[in-house]
Amino acid sequence: MKHVIAIVLAALREIFDEAAYARFISRMQLAPSAESYAAFQREQEAAKTCRPKCC
Amino acid sequence: MTKPLRILLWLAVSVIGALALGTIALRRGEQINAMWLVLAAVCTYALGYRFYSKFVAAKVLALDPQRATPAERLDNGRDFVPTNKWVVFGHHFAAIAGPGPLVGPVLAAQFGYLPGTLWILVGAIFGGCVQDFVILLFSVRRDGKSLTEMARQEVGRLGGAVAYVAILSIIVILLGVAALIVVNALKSSPWGTFTIAMTIPIALLMGLYLRRLRPGKVLETSLLGFVLVMLAIFGGQWVSQSSTLARWFTFGAPTLAVVIILYGFAASALPVWLLLAPRDYLSTFVKLGTIALLALGIIALRPTLHMPPLTRFIDGSGPVFAGSVFPFAFITIACGAVSGFHALIASGTTPKMIRREPETRMVGYGAMMAESMVAIMAMIAACVLQPGTYFAINSPAGIVGSAPEAAATTISNWGFPVTADGMRALAQSVGEQTLYNRTGGAPAFAVGMAHIFANSLGGQAVMAIWYHFAIMFEALFILTVLDAGTRVGRFMVQEALGHLWKPIGRISWYPSILATSAMIVAAWGFFLWQGVKDPLGGINSLWPLFGIANQLLATVALCVATTIIIKMRKARLSPVTLVPLVWLVSVTFTAAWHKMFDPNPRIGFLAHARQLAASAAPGQAVSRLIFNDRLDALVTATLMFLVALVLLESVFLWGRVLSGRREARVREAPFVPTRFAAEEQG
Repeated sequence: MKHVIAIVLAALREIFDEAAYARFISRMQLAPSAESYAAFQREQEAAKTCRPKCC
Repeated sequence: MTKPLRILLWLAVSVIGALALGTIALRRGEQINAMWLVLAAVCTYALGYRFYSKFVAAKVLALDPQRATPAERLDNGRDFVPTNKWVVFGHHFAAIAGPGPLVGPVLAAQFGYLPGTLWILVGAIFGGCVQDFVILLFSVRRDGKSLTEMARQEVGRLGGAVAYVAILSIIVILLGVAALIVVNALKSSPWGTFTIAMTIPIALLMGLYLRRLRPGKVLETSLLGFVLVMLAIFGGQWVSQSSTLARWFTFGAPTLAVVIILYGFAASALPVWLLLAPRDYLSTFVKLGTIALLALGIIALRPTLHMPPLTRFIDGSGPVFAGSVFPFAFITIACGAVSGFHALIASGTTPKMIRREPETRMVGYGAMMAESMVAIMAMIAACVLQPGTYFAINSPAGIVGSAPEAAATTISNWGFPVTADGMRALAQSVGEQTLYNRTGGAPAFAVGMAHIFANSLGGQAVMAIWYHFAIMFEALFILTVLDAGTRVGRFMVQEALGHLWKPIGRISWYPSILATSAMIVAAWGFFLWQGVKDPLGGINSLWPLFGIANQLLATVALCVATTIIIKMRKARLSPVTLVPLVWLVSVTFTAAWHKMFDPNPRIGFLAHARQLAASAAPGQAVSRLIFNDRLDALVTATLMFLVALVLLESVFLWGRVLSGRREARVREAPFVPTRFAAEEQG
């Protein structure tokens, strides 16, 4: 059961880009902050807005 | 589990599935329980996944657990990231599940529950799931390339260009139809309009909260946004009960259309973090929660389907949209059975996250099965309504009239009893002034959903809250597609025009942003305006146009897939994609032909234009309707012509490869062994 909850939480973190932000700060060696999140959002912008969403 | 036990288990699943399908297909004259549909769907999906997808995985695609995926080889911690298969499954499902599988089945319910249900099940198992699965795997084997790139490399330059035009057309038509659905759901509804209007400041607040106060805490912010939206629903009830405030939020369709067009332009030009991203998170949060809630509600309530399996409208005379069951049921339900748009997602972000090749089966085939189940739930939500109520909500004023008594009499004369008093009471119970002529599928789905929710939790007293929750869910969902779709379309136009004049291709150059946003918004705004002004309700013309465009994109995707399979020297197994391709070509080309040339003015665009020209006194409004009809015919013809070219190019290529006149060479990335296999063994 714990494993299932962990997977669901991981999926939600991926869907809601929290995991992507964690990867970003680890890759850029930054601390979580308003500035690093703004930088993350700038990097995401082109990729996210070009991503098709289904009908 | 031992082998004999496994055989027994699958035999039992087959027998139960056959019994359920037999019940929904053969039962006549008495109502059936919705659980038969659920049972038939679950057994069909289980069998399809266990046997058919396994066959495709092993024999056609030969999934290789030893081969490294681009997520592993090109891992950059950004877009290429090896990810747990369940996480990719959730991510992929959240991307493919849009308003399509909710609206299409509700509209197709005018034929009865049987044609739509059978198409959703068969179409998904043999068409949609296979398409998503093979395109995902082929993209994985090509470093996560997009459908247009694969079409250009494997089929020819024309394939890539046509895929581009088809995608842009679908986006424009989809956005026009989606906006029309929202307009029809919110017209004369102060409660709904207030709730949806409130989602804009809520999204802005979420954007600021996420940016300044709690950076990166998206789940927490979405939960906060959800609580605020729920408060807005309760606030909407208060607004609707105040005569002054209700007047401020009561709009007709043309005003709402103008507001949505202006909103679409603003959303496309505003910074992403401020409106688009938080709204996207909020809508995903509400979407996943509501779909789960609807599934639980259906299981808890086990409602009876009041709609018959087949209605008299299979002959093409239906009031919701005109056209016979073949081919129109098959283009009305696209998402949920086969959707070309999914091929874009399966060749977008998902292939860059797949950790091991065999996981493409669960993600590609499995997520489409889940989407198909959502379509079954939408069909159930529409069919739990009394048929008279369903037709009263979904029929345009041009067919049944706008006076309640006249509409009720017309619908009752079709054999679906409904009374003006009954409709008035229903409208009152959901907090609306009227439910007549609310075309587009969203209000009917909301009434069905509210019925299921209210009877599972809270009773009739909270029917109005559930109805507006459902309307909020659909409108929020659709407006998010509108925001994101306008931006995707804008990028595509910027990219294309950038070849002609370099500065316009710079995606952050503000004059280019404004000009291309205006072009995309004007394009879908045109279709929206056309729908609002259409006396037949707009959906009659626009939803089939969207269905045709979407299925033509699926045709391109299946052409690419079949070409690759033939080039893999597996021509004898090519029917796996060739059969759905042939079916889709028959369906879409027949439907497109009818929409252009059918002599019935309710079906054929040109016949309708001729009828208007012959019968009405010439005037600006009539001239505009005639122009719209001719333009719709031209759009349909252009799409059909372009896809026919890709089809011919593909068939010509298959002939050359099979006769040995052209080398059968696929453009896959070279084989690199995966380290994950060794890690798992060690």
